[in-house]
Amino acid sequence: MTTEPPEKLLTPVLSATWDEHHPWTLDTYRSRADGYRGLSAALRMQPDEVIALVKDAGLRGRGGAGFPTGMKWQFIPQGDGKPHYLVVNADESEPGTCKDIPLLFANPHSLIEGMVIASYAIRCNHAFVYLRGEVVPVLRRLQAAVAEAYAAGLLGKDIQGSGFDLDITVHAGAGAYICGEETALLDSLEGRRGQPRLRPPFPAIAGLYACPTVVNNVESIASVPAILHRGKEWFRSMGSEKSPGFTLYSLSGHVTNPGQYEAPLGVTLRQLLEMSGGVREGHRLKFWTPGGSSTPMFTEEHLDVPLDYEGVGAAGSMLGTKALQVFDETTCVVRAVTRWTEFYAHESCGKCTPCREGTYWLVQLMRRIESGEGTQADLDKLLDLCDNILGRAFCALGDGATSPITSSLQFFREEYEQHIAQRGCPFDPAASTVWAGRTAVNGNATRQPVQEKGVLA
Amino acid sequence: MTTHETEPVGLGMPALPAPDFPAEVRARLEADAKELIGRYPVARSALLPLLHLVQAEEGYVSRTGIRFCAEQLELTTAEVTAVATFYTMYRRKPAGKYHVGVCTNTLCAVLGGDQIFAELKEHLGIENNETTEDGAVSIEHIECNAACDYAPVMMVNWEFFDNQTPESAKRLVDDLRAGHTVLPTRGAALCTFKETARILAGFPDERAGALNASGAGGAPSLAGLRLARGEALPGTGSAKVVSPRHEAEKSTGSGTPSSHDAPQETSLSDPAHPADPADPEGSEGR
Repeated sequence: MTTEPPEKLLTPVLSATWDEHHPWTLDTYRSRADGYRGLSAALRMQPDEVIALVKDAGLRGRGGAGFPTGMKWQFIPQGDGKPHYLVVNADESEPGTCKDIPLLFANPHSLIEGMVIASYAIRCNHAFVYLRGEVVPVLRRLQAAVAEAYAAGLLGKDIQGSGFDLDITVHAGAGAYICGEETALLDSLEGRRGQPRLRPPFPAIAGLYACPTVVNNVESIASVPAILHRGKEWFRSMGSEKSPGFTLYSLSGHVTNPGQYEAPLGVTLRQLLEMSGGVREGHRLKFWTPGGSSTPMFTEEHLDVPLDYEGVGAAGSMLGTKALQVFDETTCVVRAVTRWTEFYAHESCGKCTPCREGTYWLVQLMRRIESGEGTQADLDKLLDLCDNILGRAFCALGDGATSPITSSLQFFREEYEQHIAQRGCPFDPAASTVWAGRTAVNGNATRQPVQEKGVLA
Repeated sequence: MTTHETEPVGLGMPALPAPDFPAEVRARLEADAKELIGRYPVARSALLPLLHLVQAEEGYVSRTGIRFCAEQLELTTAEVTAVATFYTMYRRKPAGKYHVGVCTNTLCAVLGGDQIFAELKEHLGIENNETTEDGAVSIEHIECNAACDYAPVMMVNWEFFDNQTPESAKRLVDDLRAGHTVLPTRGAALCTFKETARILAGFPDERAGALNASGAGGAPSLAGLRLARGEALPGTGSAKVVSPRHEAEKSTGSGTPSSHDAPQETSLSDPAHPADPADPEGSEGR
């Protein structure tokens, strides 16, 4: 196995200035990150040329679906006489996903610059950031960065003498996972309950206020300035033909050094673990998610799957948000999946029957199995329920709810059966805590099956 | 006798309209509302900010607050109530000055969030969504808050408290109840829940130093950048992915009575990379 040193494998672009002095300020962004040079380059081009450049660079959506960003921009009808809108999805809530929040906390100007470029390209004069409400420190920096940009003439009227006007409104959400779904987000931004809309029409035709709207993820938009400034060839020099460029991988869970690792698309979990100190000392990998809880889980068999859109897709999952949640052998997969299932049931918006009712019954079955009261028939019932949700729900939330269940049954069916046969969970939750190794006087408690877990709802 | 005597008899009358805010409060809030509404092309888009605004006034979204929002946007109170009850951040009853959320979504739960939440409830003597008698602290188990690389995570008034333990969590709520200044790991010195709600409504935090407090992020945020700069991360010396193929050779790891003083892992414990070419088998026969 060839092991390249981390400094050759990693490619910090968005994260390159996070250790500078006050990287969230306009001064640092300009002096240390070539800040707003991408905008200057864009304003020298025709809007359609900007769209073509981003399309040719091959930038794909970093929020989960991987749709080509430039193509989304191109779908906006021009000369239609309607206002156009850009809405940035900063509702980062997919379990395991933690890239946009640290990015906005440390480098909010990369998003703002990207928004000005994107708005110029799609001919939009009012753009919005829909930030989840539960992150006040990030809201603070984003509000301040927008104010700085106005004061510097980078927002407002006649930006840098180009004749182009743009206002940005920072909008804080109020707690609802479903608002990460783009049409639910638009309803929420219109002051309604966040429920997804029927498509078509797609947002590009009838989005915010029924006007042509681009909805992009934070990281997608923040990646645009570097493409404008350094060029599409530079961007394409990283990653693969179909998945070019750099991206933030978020490593979390039972690892020695959780955190943000910005690398070319196509890096593997094995490479990321090897450079970052691996699974926590004395333990081994059991299962992991490539891109959040809605992406089917992987095991140690998948350590060498290239983490790009095609590679992960071919291996039976989805790249999603590149939220690499790593769980070691102390983790009960039934407990993990039960908790995720409870999350989906809690967050189901209630609009469609398969998701609303289906997630409710999935929770009942999962809890029953976890507590040792399940039967073999419950396992088939789970799969049957999943079959009736997947592809039949109104939006991707319902589909996502089935992923952890079907994938865990595929890889760990015997563990489900063990819960049924032993009438209880064979795992000790204390062994999987981060302080498990620190507080134990001796290790023998960690191997004893514990019948009562106490803290599980 | 039946229990009818002790229960109020419903006469089918609709509830009376909620009382209005006092005139001076209303005048102040109307000025704020006007500013918020002006930020959107369509007034109704300001509903979520307006709900944060009335929550900033009263600490929760009351019927009075709902009436105010409805009047500002020319909606019915039913329409506003439908929205207010959809989102989890709007409180429906008065609660604590400090809103303490413990993440119990899968990753944080497994890494210790469940234990933290259980011990915190016991320590405070309250259950989920309840408030301490002194009105200082409300607790709630929350969903993933986008800080998984800092798990287990807690939020107080939506500022980050990273890498928590049951002990640190209990110390934190004790400090809050004692009125001490509490600093998050990422975010600014805590303000009250009402003040937080005002920032969420869209009125920036004016406190000196609030913006720059706590730097750009902790070690996890900078982990990849440090490696890319050629620096070493803690524990990366000889560590490799522990492959299941080598599990048998490592079976004396944690779990034995003396595991706490077991030999530290060295390059010799990685058969794929023997340190001593003269000893191809390694000396791992333990």
